[in-house]
This record gives sequence, C-alpha cells and structure tokens, in this order.
Amino acid sequence: MICQECNQRPAALHFTKIINGEKTEVHLCEKCAQEKGEMFIFNGESGFAFNNLLAGLLNIDPAFQKPSQSPFQQEEILQCEHCSMTFPQFLKVGRFGCAHCYETFKDQLIPVLRRLHSGNWTHNGKIPKRIGGSIYLRKQIEELKGELKESITHEEFEQAAEIRDRIRTLEKQLAGSEEGGE
Amino acid sequence: MSLERFFNQAVSSWMSEEGPDSDIVLSSRIRLARNFEAYKFPTVFSHEEARMIIAKMEDILRETPFQKFGQMDLLKINDMQPLQKRVLVEKHLISPQLAEDSPYGAVLLTENEEVSIMINEEDHIRVQCLFPGLQLSEALEAANEIDDWLESYIHYSFDEKHGYLTSCPTNVGTGLRASVMMHLPGLILTQQISRIIPAIHQLGLVVRGIYGEGSEALGNIFQISNQITLGKSEEDISRDLEGVVSQLISQERSAREALRKTSNIQLEDRVFRSLGVLSNSRIIESKEAARCLSDVRLGIDMGYIDNMSKTILNELMILTQPGFLQQYAGGPLRPHERDIRRAALIRDRIKMEQK
Ligand SMILES: [Zn+2]
Ligand SMILES: [Zn+2]
Repeated sequence: MICQECNQRPAALHFTKIINGEKTEVHLCEKCAQEKGEMFIFNGESGFAFNNLLAGLLNIDPAFQKPSQSPFQQEEILQCEHCSMTFPQFLKVGRFGCAHCYETFKDQLIPVLRRLHSGNWTHNGKIPKRIGGSIYLRKQIEELKGELKESITHEEFEQAAEIRDRIRTLEKQLAGSEEGGE
Repeated sequence: MSLERFFNQAVSSWMSEEGPDSDIVLSSRIRLARNFEAYKFPTVFSHEEARMIIAKMEDILRETPFQKFGQMDLLKINDMQPLQKRVLVEKHLISPQLAEDSPYGAVLLTENEEVSIMINEEDHIRVQCLFPGLQLSEALEAANEIDDWLESYIHYSFDEKHGYLTSCPTNVGTGLRASVMMHLPGLILTQQISRIIPAIHQLGLVVRGIYGEGSEALGNIFQISNQITLGKSEEDISRDLEGVVSQLISQERSAREALRKTSNIQLEDRVFRSLGVLSNSRIIESKEAARCLSDVRLGIDMGYIDNMSKTILNELMILTQPGFLQQYAGGPLRPHERDIRRAALIRDRIKMEQK
C-alpha cells in the first residue's frame, strides 16, 4: 500500500481516525507520519490504538458474528431508542451514541467489557454524591451481610446480633432515601 | 519576542518544576472522563446539544468558579488559530482529537496549566491534572476535587453496574486514565527495556513512546498508563500503576549505577559529545535533538554536568516541536527551516543556562 499523503513511499503506519462518528482508515509512510504524526499520534490518549483493539475484539468474538440461535431474531437489528445507534454501527465506530446504549446493548456488552477490563464488568469506584446515598447504603448492607454470615459460622452470636441491628437500621435508611429520592 | 519571554510564556509548571523522583519521572497525569446525562455523546450529538454543554460550563465557571488551582479560562476550539491549537497539543493540554476533529470543542485551562478540562471531545468532559514528577495520588486528589465541583452542577451519566458511562467502553467505570512519563535511558543503554516492556503489558498497563511513533521512543521517554478502568477503584488503579513505576525507578537507577561502574568514561564521552552537538549545531532534526537532550539530561542527573537545570529536557522536548518553533518564529516554517530554528533555539536555551 502506498502512502496517501505523498503517494510515493510505501505506507508503514496504518490506523483509524474517527470524525463525527465516521471511521476513516489512514495509511502513511514513515516520513509523512512523522510530519503529521507530531499532530496526532503522541498525545497519550490512545484513542486510535484502543479503537483498533476494540474493533478487533468485537470482530473476532463469534457471538457477534453469528446471528443468535432464534431464526426470528435474525432480521432484527438492535437499535438504541434515544440516539438511534444500531449495534453494527457501534461495531463500526467503536463508540456509543448515548448513555442509553449501555442498556440497549447490555446482552452483547458484558462479554466485551470482560475482555477489555480483565474479566471485570461491574464498577467498583467513585459514585456521584447525588446517587451516592442509596448505592453506598446498599454496598454497606452487602458487606455487613457477609460479616453476619461469618460471625454466625464462628458462633459469635453477640456480634451477629449487633450486625443484624446495624443492617436493619441501614435498610430503614435505604427505604427512606429511595422514597425521598428522585 | 525575546527568548526569555517566550520561555516564560511557553513553559507549564510540570515542565519547569521538579517533583518527587524527577530524575526519572517527568510528569504524572490523571484524566477523568465524564458525560452529561441529558445529552447524546459527542459521536452523534447535535450542534444544539454541544452548544448547551458549553453554555452550561460557562455558567458554572461564571457563577461558582473553583479557584483552588487558580483562575480558569474557557477557550473555544473554533476561536483558535491552527498554530495556537497545535501548541496546546504539543504541551499535552488538549488532545489532537480535540484540536482537529471537535468543531464544538472547548478547553478550560488554569494559569499554571496543571489543570485542563476538555469539553466535547470524545466525551462531554475530560478533567486532566498534570503534575511534575511522581505525584499520582496528588493528581488524583486534585482531579477528584474538580470532579466534585462539576458534579454538584451537572447530572452525570452514571449507572450503578457500569459506573460513569463513556462514549467508548474502554473508559467506562471510573473513566480514569492514570499515566506517568518516564525518562529511561539507563534501561535502553543496558538493553533491558525489551525484556521489561512485555512484563509491564502483562500487568494490564500500557507502555508507549510519546514522542515519535511505533515502538520507537524519542528521547528515551516512555508513558506508562492503566488499561483497565472498570472493576477497580480509582485509588487502586493509581496505586497499582505507582507500584510498577517505583520498580521501574529502582531498575533505572541500578542500570545507571551499573553503567557508571562498567563504562564511566564512555558514558561521560557520550554525554559531552551530545552537549557539544546541542551547543554548536546549526541544523538539527527532531530525532537527533531528542537523543542528545536525553544524553545531556542523563549527564546532569548522574553528575557529569553540574551547572545546568534538569528541566532542560522536558522544556526542550516540548518547545522544539513544529508548532512551538513556528510560534517562536512568528510564522509557518518548512521542515528544513524548522531544523535550523530548532538548532538556534536549543543553542540559545543552553546559553541562558551559562549566564
Ligand atoms: Zn508519504
Ligand atoms: Zn444510544
């Protein structure tokens, strides 16, 4: 393949550029890549590389290549109601159109997330304060339930009773915050 | 423009100040990706949505400014000259994507340029904190404070299962990219780097040269960053990266000591030859400049050169890129003219040291 800038030297660098959701393949020789590359390669945001990686992951996954088993679903193309992105479009650009896409494509998404994030698919970090309340409470309740089980196995019943009381209080708070919430 | 004035205006605090372990770690960066719940992602959003996002940011900035990191200014991409944009890219304050492919983009910048908030790039908001030396946890803390400030006015897209929702699923969850820029000439000279890079990849981290392309790292400068954003807490992501960076620091230090023991005079010769090239050349390409700057910086760190500031490598790697050279020249330059300008700028900068 010949470099698209100078049309002379062989292209050594190949990558994908996305402008307004349209994917463009770029092929440059080393010299032109250096000229242009000083503009768009070095900045560590890694969009290009990751996008290629993502497209690669999605394309090699047999679950996405083969239509689902039910013959009735073959014709149906999954589409996000809010931004009208379809799953094939997402595969093409490697970007979602809106936050609702995560819900729309959730069945296809989990294996993708697992691959991208070393097997992880659930969030374990910061929570915005506005919704933090109830999520935080739920997490605490989960943790306490674990502790409760443990203290029961170790026959530490006094401690278990204490933990049970704390769980009840938190559950009341949770019910309150969810009624009063958005 | 006088050289000193040019430098004063051109240099961000991460380039000119020294941070912890700054003999090896040039800078630490934290980036958080966030999106408004109400609008589609920039991939497909309308002009109107983009405009409303910028208007909202302007409102927040006007009504409840956050002063802790200094005065913030909002610059719209469309109001900038191509050269201005290029200079911001070369300083790592905005991404090439924001400069080139984001017509509705904008950036919020603090005076000392430690904080930059990109608006309407791949995500609606990308908060970035760039600190000198190894200061990942400090940068994370700063980014969190800015995030808390914005969050009190913006309804972020957040999902209990997947965390902060981002345009690309590689960023979902924490939206956090932590990265560290390291100068590793010792590991290159002792040829250990080819063994180390795959080991780092195995740990779920990404290593790349940030100047130059492909596997080549101009100036022996590498960027190491996390790949996984989902399933780990922000603190864990930052701490795991810092752990690997600390190991690299000690490996680089022992490589330098080994070099001093086995090839002291050869190393000293190399350092001073490179200083000679930088002090005297009249035409210099970016590759050669980067190689010599790396040698000189190593010479300063190892005590062969004792009357020069360490930050000369960070500064000159940035300031000898095409955008800056053209800004300094006050107009467009052809590649050959750039090489002449680059040589002149480096000579002058070295003379400033000797005053
Ligand atoms: Zn070419
Ligand atoms: Zn959508």
